[in-house]
Amino acid sequence: MHTTTWDELLSTALLGTDRRAAPAGRPGQAPALALLDEAALHAVRRRAGALPAAARARPEPAPEDPRPCLPEAARRRLALLLADRAGPATGRRGSAPDLVELLPQWLAAANLRGYRAPDALLPELLDAARARSDLRQEVLRLGGERARWLARLNPQWKFALRARPAEPAGSGPADRQRVWREGLFAERSAVLATLRRQNPDAARELLAGTWASERAEDRLMFLDSFHDGLRPADEPFLEAALADRSRNVRALAARLLTLLPESALAARMARRARACVSRDRLRGAGPLIVVEAPHECDAAMQRDGVVVNPPSGRGERSWWLGQIVEAAPLSVWPAHLGVSGAAGAVALPVADGWRQELHAAWCRAAVQQRDTEWSRALLGPATAPPGPGESSWRDPAKLLTALPRGERAEWVAQFIATHGLPDAFRMIGVCEVPWAGPLGRAVIDALDIARESGGYPWSFSGVMGLAERCLDPDQADRLQALVGAPDQPEHTGSSPGAFDYWTEAFQRLVDTLRLRAVMRAELEP
Amino acid sequence: MGCLNFGDMTGQGERWTSDQVLALASDEASRAAAGRLATPGPWSGLGAWGDAVWGHCAGSGSTPYRTVVDLNGPGFHCGCPSRKSPCKHALGLLLLWSTDRDSVPDAAAGPPDWAGDWLARRRDEAGGESGDHAGGPAPGAGETARRRAERRMRRIADGARELEERLADLVGGGLAADGAWSAVQWEETAARMIDAQAPGLAARARELGSIAGSGADAAERLLAECALLHTLNQGFLRLDRLPEPLAATVRSRVGIPVDGATLSASGSTVRDHWAILAQRDADDGRLVTRRIWLYGRDSGRMALLLSYGAGGRAPELSLPVGTAFDAELAFHPSASPLRATLGARHGPPAPCAQPPPGGDITAALSAYGEALRGDPWLESWPVVLAAVTPIPDPAQGWQLADAQGDSALPVDPRCAERAGLWRLAAISGGRPVTVFGEYGHRGFTPLATWGPEPVPL
Repeated sequence: MHTTTWDELLSTALLGTDRRAAPAGRPGQAPALALLDEAALHAVRRRAGALPAAARARPEPAPEDPRPCLPEAARRRLALLLADRAGPATGRRGSAPDLVELLPQWLAAANLRGYRAPDALLPELLDAARARSDLRQEVLRLGGERARWLARLNPQWKFALRARPAEPAGSGPADRQRVWREGLFAERSAVLATLRRQNPDAARELLAGTWASERAEDRLMFLDSFHDGLRPADEPFLEAALADRSRNVRALAARLLTLLPESALAARMARRARACVSRDRLRGAGPLIVVEAPHECDAAMQRDGVVVNPPSGRGERSWWLGQIVEAAPLSVWPAHLGVSGAAGAVALPVADGWRQELHAAWCRAAVQQRDTEWSRALLGPATAPPGPGESSWRDPAKLLTALPRGERAEWVAQFIATHGLPDAFRMIGVCEVPWAGPLGRAVIDALDIARESGGYPWSFSGVMGLAERCLDPDQADRLQALVGAPDQPEHTGSSPGAFDYWTEAFQRLVDTLRLRAVMRAELEP
Repeated sequence: MGCLNFGDMTGQGERWTSDQVLALASDEASRAAAGRLATPGPWSGLGAWGDAVWGHCAGSGSTPYRTVVDLNGPGFHCGCPSRKSPCKHALGLLLLWSTDRDSVPDAAAGPPDWAGDWLARRRDEAGGESGDHAGGPAPGAGETARRRAERRMRRIADGARELEERLADLVGGGLAADGAWSAVQWEETAARMIDAQAPGLAARARELGSIAGSGADAAERLLAECALLHTLNQGFLRLDRLPEPLAATVRSRVGIPVDGATLSASGSTVRDHWAILAQRDADDGRLVTRRIWLYGRDSGRMALLLSYGAGGRAPELSLPVGTAFDAELAFHPSASPLRATLGARHGPPAPCAQPPPGGDITAALSAYGEALRGDPWLESWPVVLAAVTPIPDPAQGWQLADAQGDSALPVDPRCAERAGLWRLAAISGGRPVTVFGEYGHRGFTPLATWGPEPVPL
């Protein structure tokens, strides 16, 4: 009775027992049910007697990661931060901290201490980095070789393979030459950037060897690596690149040369700038800067990177002047203008309405050349009211980047104390995290004032969010006192609900700071 | 409060890990919400003593919620309106308790009255429940219940006969024929089986509707499932001629629930230190089914606890993975006993991180084979694979391969989209790991691994 095979039963069942004879069943039993009796025996036998499958190729074992594991509490914290990412992002957060926003600083802090990622959380970390490219670098650093090993197995995590590790595998000179000659663009970039950090001259030699045969867009990207460790020895190469076929490469070479104050290009620019800007001692009414913008943009100027055609709406002479002053080393000015330093130069009146053009160019030069003294002079005192129309050409956030960190925070703190928060957002953004004491206090005071004057809390949500991430956690206790402090504001104009929102926002700020303090402590080994 | 005994009176019991706490959550949203509440900020009046943890949590309401957890159980009580159990406040409270001894201090004075009252009521109820089982139903009620049971058996038998006719029609006309049964028709049949009070038959009928067109082996699976459903129908119609363990298996497969009296009468109660290996919820939109797998450290037995939550409520039973507790389980009668009901507990869960001893792939295959001998309708059987290497392959399907030799188990393709597989691969790093899961005719479903602490998959 059991001679029928499974395949025979299957084909009979597919056709139907009405059309094809089934195995004989018990007397009186429908053929279809007799077939099912037989099939049940086969089915159970097949399930119970299944043999192991042949194993396919096992993956190469992941390299060992010698870095220390996270402390237990920190590992759990990371799991919570990642779980919050998957949680509902919509809706009001109430007074609960916004955990997702704390992930970047958690990753940076963990990497600073040289931990490895917990293996079990690698998939969540890679998913997070896939969704948010700003997390990628820190995630891949924390994940290390095992994250890359895992990413090779899952096409969704391809991005992890594109972003090369800081130190490409095989970093001997022979390997480097081979990758440089045969590698993909990303690999070659990584080789060049790494070498540039270790030995800038060797990196330049490496690039010079293939320079003529590189494509224009590659030349541009490779040349960009010169920003790292730029030095006088780079000048001949850059000077030659001023004659490059590509306009973008020429412009980049000229910009790099202006950052070398001793370069011939900087000297040429200084000469041109001195010819255009001078101190007038004849008019009698005190010192005065007079400006004579260039009348033409000759071939030599163009070779040095001056762009001929102005953007629409700008006169070409002032356009050329701006580029020349920007590219000239700032060190030429004090002696040329007969003043003792940057502050003296900035304080001089400028004739015929050229002040804005000249100061704007100096601002760009101060940022490019990262000149602390000039940036400080151009920023002026933080308490000064902004001049009319100044915001269009004077960007304090950029100038601040050239100041030492402490001074930067101090300046922004004073600015906030004088002018309040509305114009300070970008300036706060360039300050070091966690915020230095004076800056933190200034932000808290400004928020408190905004609340007491019945301001809309929603217009400060950006600063609030920034404060949650950047305030020093040590400020939490000071803040706690403010959470429930003020009475309901008397201004009847303040919108209903604003008070509760403020209380909630301050509570969230306090909780987030406390949480950050806990997170920081958890990472201590 | 008097002389209430809150578990072991040493008070300062070992605190759970956050992973164990988070394993109690009914879903990802609860986990995330609890994480946000696991800071001291919103809490006041926090304390822990014995098996109790309590605190006030400032919520959106004007008065804070009173939240209290009985670790023995565990059981949860909170003044919030959430229908989830445990709610985010209870979870957040436990998380804080597990990580931050300073914020949730040991309070030797015991819980405040509001928490103590709830704990006392809860202990009383637990005591009362076990008493009911021993007493059994009253004599007068017995006659009514017996008649009701007989009526149900007749209706199920009618349902089984109806199903047999449908199967005969289907196989007579051909599984591949035009107009062979559609999912809609099977859904209608399933509804009729629900009317016949045979939810087990209904589930199998619905399953048949989902097989057609579900892959290369759809025809084979359809035939096998039809055949096994036919066998189940026939088994039910001849119930009185089956040996008792098999008859019990058929009854439970058809969907007749086991009542407490039958359970205690069957006498197969096993006291052991039960390690909680895995917990998983399945939500079909109407009902959340929670499965909790246990391993008896002394008896070496596997057990499966089921708990249900309807209408958006999380299932009542919730046990922290990675712990073990001394308790009695009543195994449901079956030729291959696995399903059990939790009976008296003799202590709260205590950490237990080691995996149970496991076997190789051949052992897993034969464990399922042996279990099928008792219960041919078994979809899968829980096994521990002591040392297997996961082979990720999103294209052809994953495998778990023996550390030595070239034997492998295919991973159930229904797991392919689950994040747990990648977690398993990450933990293994291409090297052998211990994996707990269910092996069945569709393949292996990983449920937990050890890295070296237990990790749910």
